[in-house]
Amino acid sequence: MNNDTVLAFIHEHFPQGVLTADERHGDLSVTLTGAAYFAAAELLRDTPELAYTFLENLCGVDYLGRDPRFEVVTHLVSIKHLHRICLKVGAPEANPQVPSLTPLFPTANYQERETFDLLGINFAGHPSLTRILLPDDWVGYPLRKDHPLGDEEVAFSFNQERIYAQKPFAKE
Amino acid sequence: MTQTLHVPTPQEITGPAMAGTSDTMVLNMGPHHPSTHGVLRLVLELDGEEVVNVAPDVGYLHTGIEKTMESKTYQKAVVLTDRMDYLAPLSNNLCYALTVEKLMGVEIPERAQTARVLLTELQRVSSHLVWLGTHALDLAAMSVFLYAFREREQILDIFELVSGARMMTSYFRIGGLAYDLPADFLPTVDALLQVMPAKIDEYEDLLTANPLWLERTVGVGVIDAHAAIAYGLTGANLRATGIDYDVRKAMPYSGYETYDFAIPVGKRGDIYDRYRVRMAEMRESVAIARQAWERLNALGPGPYVTSDRKVAPPPKSEITHSMEALIHHFKLWTEGFKPPRGDVYVGIESPRGILGCYIVSDGSPKPWRVHFRAPSFISLQAVAHMSKGRLVADLVALVASLDPVLGEVDR
Repeated sequence: MNNDTVLAFIHEHFPQGVLTADERHGDLSVTLTGAAYFAAAELLRDTPELAYTFLENLCGVDYLGRDPRFEVVTHLVSIKHLHRICLKVGAPEANPQVPSLTPLFPTANYQERETFDLLGINFAGHPSLTRILLPDDWVGYPLRKDHPLGDEEVAFSFNQERIYAQKPFAKE
Repeated sequence: MTQTLHVPTPQEITGPAMAGTSDTMVLNMGPHHPSTHGVLRLVLELDGEEVVNVAPDVGYLHTGIEKTMESKTYQKAVVLTDRMDYLAPLSNNLCYALTVEKLMGVEIPERAQTARVLLTELQRVSSHLVWLGTHALDLAAMSVFLYAFREREQILDIFELVSGARMMTSYFRIGGLAYDLPADFLPTVDALLQVMPAKIDEYEDLLTANPLWLERTVGVGVIDAHAAIAYGLTGANLRATGIDYDVRKAMPYSGYETYDFAIPVGKRGDIYDRYRVRMAEMRESVAIARQAWERLNALGPGPYVTSDRKVAPPPKSEITHSMEALIHHFKLWTEGFKPPRGDVYVGIESPRGILGCYIVSDGSPKPWRVHFRAPSFISLQAVAHMSKGRLVADLVALVASLDPVLGEVDR
């Protein structure tokens, strides 16, 4: 099993679903349409000759200024055949949403929550898509490129009231 | 099959309790609890002393390392990697350096590569020693902790010898090492490697056949191979279920394919098997470190960093008489180097499992996006699955046996 056979397999089953594919640095990475993403991951997992049963990594990238703006990057590994494949799927700026892989790979649960938390990408079909690293009342998505990077004004007793009034604290 | 595997959220447990619709008791373990090994909050749903459900609540140590890296040049981001998994900074350094080197296609000298293997294997031993000491301490076996930290201190002394820092080493830089190995490096490591096997025997004497230890660990916190893969467990946690998946063998990096070592595996996937696998791993690490030591000894002095001046700065002696070297130095420290556009992923076997680094480059001297696949973060998902129906005391043993480091969980 090598990059070529895996790529040919994906092309064969999803002729419309593959947008681009490349083998930079010797690693196969395939950009899929949102419609083919979930089905491709499922087929890669369940085909015994491939057996990509292990989801190693899932994260998101914000390509500000590009269309689609967001991209979700998933690395699947075949423990049986010792091969890794990278699946990518784009998400538009207006309503960034991609299918969740959590029903296929339970390990995607936290990783998708993290991506949602920091980049604001929604995963359709995720059982509990809530913030995980940041506080529940956090405003904004810090890993987005247009998230303001500013200093946090230090609260002293003379300016504490003014600073706290601007903060989105949980108000009881 | 996998659809039944579920990772609960804290709200799932606290919600019914707040509404008063459940007969079970909800209890917070942490965020400040000695047995959670850091700032981890576990929301427990208990029926008497039996665990019905557990939801880890993470994020207390989130420091935005991935975001901070986006505003640092590639060389300067190395120091941030130390601060993720603070029990294995050298493994983090290695993972990051390998990723950038793969992106740029940099070849590193053999001396640097061998030193990296030697030091990361010592790092694995020292990390496992902290795990062993604290794990035993959680189960009230206090003396193991004292034994384990005795040798860990010796290993940290070696790190201090090479890098100047015990823990925040930042020793592996892009293209090789930060400084050359000092003259007394090889004798010091030799002294450690000679005593280490006997010391591991000592730890095993304390625990391996200890009836109290067996009672607390055998058959507790069991997970099968299928569920372990589904939840994304890696490293010793995965190998304890019987799967011999180790990145050092499966997709070798840093020349691991040229070293002779075995992958210890367990059978039942319980706490005791994880203990046995890690103990055997320590012995294998000592064996790998010994092979690397022999090679370094045979190699003798040589370059410790790549001679590509676009990546690593020239030595000071060259700067004083070469205009070109001065320009390279100036360009590197004021602007940094510019890797080609594109993305790259590297996964390595850290003491806690597969540590992955994904970097997107836009062709500028600063990374566009850096993401770390943190093994501790992902393995916490399996806590609920493994602790259902057990006692709270078993949960303490279980969390310790998964060996999470909260700095890495939250990044």
